[in-house]
Amino acid sequence: MNAQEIHAKLKAQFGDAVGELTEAKIDPFVTVKSDKIVEVCRFAKSAAGLDFDYCEDVTGIDWPARNLIEVVYHLFSLQHRHQIVLKVEADRSQPSVPSIEGVWKAANWLEREVYDMLGVTFVGHPDMRRILLPDDWVGHPLRKDYQEAGGYHGVTNTRPDPLVRLVQKVDAERKAIAAAAPPPVAAPATATTTTTATATATNIAPAPAPVPATAPAPAPAKKESPNG
Amino acid sequence: MAEPVERRILGRMTPSDEEIVINFGPQHPSTHGVIDFVTQTNGEIIRRSIPDIGYLHRGMEKIGETVGYPGFMPFTDRIDYLAAMFANEGYAIAVERLLKVEIPPRAKYLRAIAGELCRISNHWVAVGTMASDIGASTPLTHALREREAINDLLEELCGARLTFNYARIGGVSFDAPEGWGEKILRYLDHLDSYVQEYDRLISLNQIYVKRLANVAVISRDKAVAYGLCGPNLRGSGISWDARRDLAYGAYPEFQFDVPVGQGKMGAVGDCWDRYAVRVLEMLESSKIVRQALAKLPEGEIMAKVLRKPKPEPGEAMGRVESARGTMCYYVVSDGSEKAYRVRVRTGSFMAMGIIEELSQGLMIADLIALIASLDVVAPEIDR
Repeated sequence: MNAQEIHAKLKAQFGDAVGELTEAKIDPFVTVKSDKIVEVCRFAKSAAGLDFDYCEDVTGIDWPARNLIEVVYHLFSLQHRHQIVLKVEADRSQPSVPSIEGVWKAANWLEREVYDMLGVTFVGHPDMRRILLPDDWVGHPLRKDYQEAGGYHGVTNTRPDPLVRLVQKVDAERKAIAAAAPPPVAAPATATTTTTATATATNIAPAPAPVPATAPAPAPAKKESPNG
Repeated sequence: MAEPVERRILGRMTPSDEEIVINFGPQHPSTHGVIDFVTQTNGEIIRRSIPDIGYLHRGMEKIGETVGYPGFMPFTDRIDYLAAMFANEGYAIAVERLLKVEIPPRAKYLRAIAGELCRISNHWVAVGTMASDIGASTPLTHALREREAINDLLEELCGARLTFNYARIGGVSFDAPEGWGEKILRYLDHLDSYVQEYDRLISLNQIYVKRLANVAVISRDKAVAYGLCGPNLRGSGISWDARRDLAYGAYPEFQFDVPVGQGKMGAVGDCWDRYAVRVLEMLESSKIVRQALAKLPEGEIMAKVLRKPKPEPGEAMGRVESARGTMCYYVVSDGSEKAYRVRVRTGSFMAMGIIEELSQGLMIADLIALIASLDVVAPEIDR
C-alpha cells in the first residue's frame, strides 16, 4: 500500500483525529491527535492490510516558533513492505504524550530517549527515566533553546581558546627573559668589538635571546573562541 | 540533586537475601565497549540484567544541527567506527533525497563495493570477538588478520583504515585506484576458501556450539516487537534485508541470498544462529563485490551538488543495511544550509533494548554470549 491508501484507511477509521497527509515534504506524514495515538497505533498494527508490525523509530523535533514539540513515529510493515510516518504535537511547556510501549516493545527505549533529549513525558511508560544522560542532568539537549551548563559535578566542558593561551604563554616568556637580562647599558660598555660581543652572547646560557621574528602574532582580541 | 544514576537502577532491584547485585561493566572486555550491565544474580543464575548506557554519548544529533550538511559527514564515521561506510552512506542518502539528487551509477557501485568490503571487515571482528568472549582466543587473531587485508584495500581507496569519510552528498570522494579490482578479487578468492577453514576451526567446534546453541533464544515475534534489525533479526528466521527489500543504491542489480537462522544446532534464533548468519553474510558480500567489480560502469563519481547545499524545507529518511542492521537517518530541513534535525536510529540501540527481558534466567556466562551474539558496539548505541 502506498501512503495515500494507508492514510485513507486510518482516516476512515478515526475521522477527525487523523489529519491530512502532508505530501509535499518528500517523506509524507500524517498528524494524529495526541489522545488517539495509542488507538491509531493499535489499529495500524492489527488491521488486515495494514499490519504495521515493526516500530522503526520514535523521535521528536522541537519547534520553538510554533511552541510545540512533534513526536515522530516511523512505522513499518515487514510483511507488506510499506511504511507510514505519524506525528503527534505536544505543547512545548508541558509536553506529554501517551506511551505506545504497550503496542510495540521497541518503543520502550525509543521513548526514553525522546524524554531524555527533548523532555517529552510518555504517560503510561513503565520506566520513564533518562537513558543516555545522567539522571541529575539539567535540561534536554535537543531543545533549540538548550543552554549548556558550565560543567557537570565540577568537570568543566569548556576550555579557553588555545590561540589566546599560546599568546599569553609567549608574552609571559618574553617578560621573564627581559627581567633576567642584564641592564642594557652594561653590554655596549664592556664590549670592545662586535665579534666579542656576539661571542659572549652565544656562550652565556641565560643570555637575552632576541625575540624571534617568526613569533606568533597576537591574536585579534575580538576573535571568538570556537568552544564558547 | 537527584541520586546518582547507578543507585537509581539498583533502586529498581530488590535483591533477596540470597541474591547479589553486581556491576558487569562499564570497563569490561566482553561488554564490547563502555556499557554497564547492572545484574541481579542468584549464584550463577541471572534474575535480570539492566543495561546502563550513555557512557559514550557525544551528542551526534546536536552536532548535526550545527555543522552544515557536508560538515556532518566525518562525524558519521564516529557513530559506528567498525562499519563506517554504512554510516556515511546512510547520511548521504538521506540528504540526497532531500536535495532530490540522483547520484551517478559509478558512485553507486563504488559505494556498494566499499560497503560490502566494510561489512566483511566488520563481521570478521564480530565473529572473532565472539569466539574470544566464549573463551577461544585463537580465532580472534585469525579474524583480525583477515580484517587487516580489507583495511589495506580500503586505505588504498580513500586513505583511511577506520573512519573512511568516503561517501559524499552526491557521490563518493575518490575513484577506484589502478589495479584495485584485481587486488580485491585476489583477497575474495582467499576469503571464500578461508571461511571454510574458519568454520572447521571454530564455527562447528563442539565446545563452541554447546556454549551457543539454545542459549538466549529470540523468537520471531519478539525480534519484531523489539525492533531488532540486521543479522539479529535474520538470526530469528525473518528474511528481511534492506539491500534486497528496499533496493537502494546499486543493489537491485546484484544477485545474492539473504541468510537466515535455521536452527541447525538448536532452536531458531539462538546465539549460534545469529553467529552463523554473520559468517554466511561474508560469503554473500563476497558475491556482491565480485558482481559489482565485473559490471562497474565508467563515468563520473559525483553528481552536481552545491558546496553548501540548501534543501527545500521537508524531511526525508535515509535507510541502509548496515552491518548491524537497518541504519536510518531522519533529516529535517528548514531551508537553511544547516539541518534542522538529524536523527540517527541504529541497530545496536535497538538490540540493547531486548537484553533486560532476555537476560532473565540466563547464566552469567550466557549473558556474555548474548551480548557478543547481538554484535553491539558502544558508540553506535550512545551516538
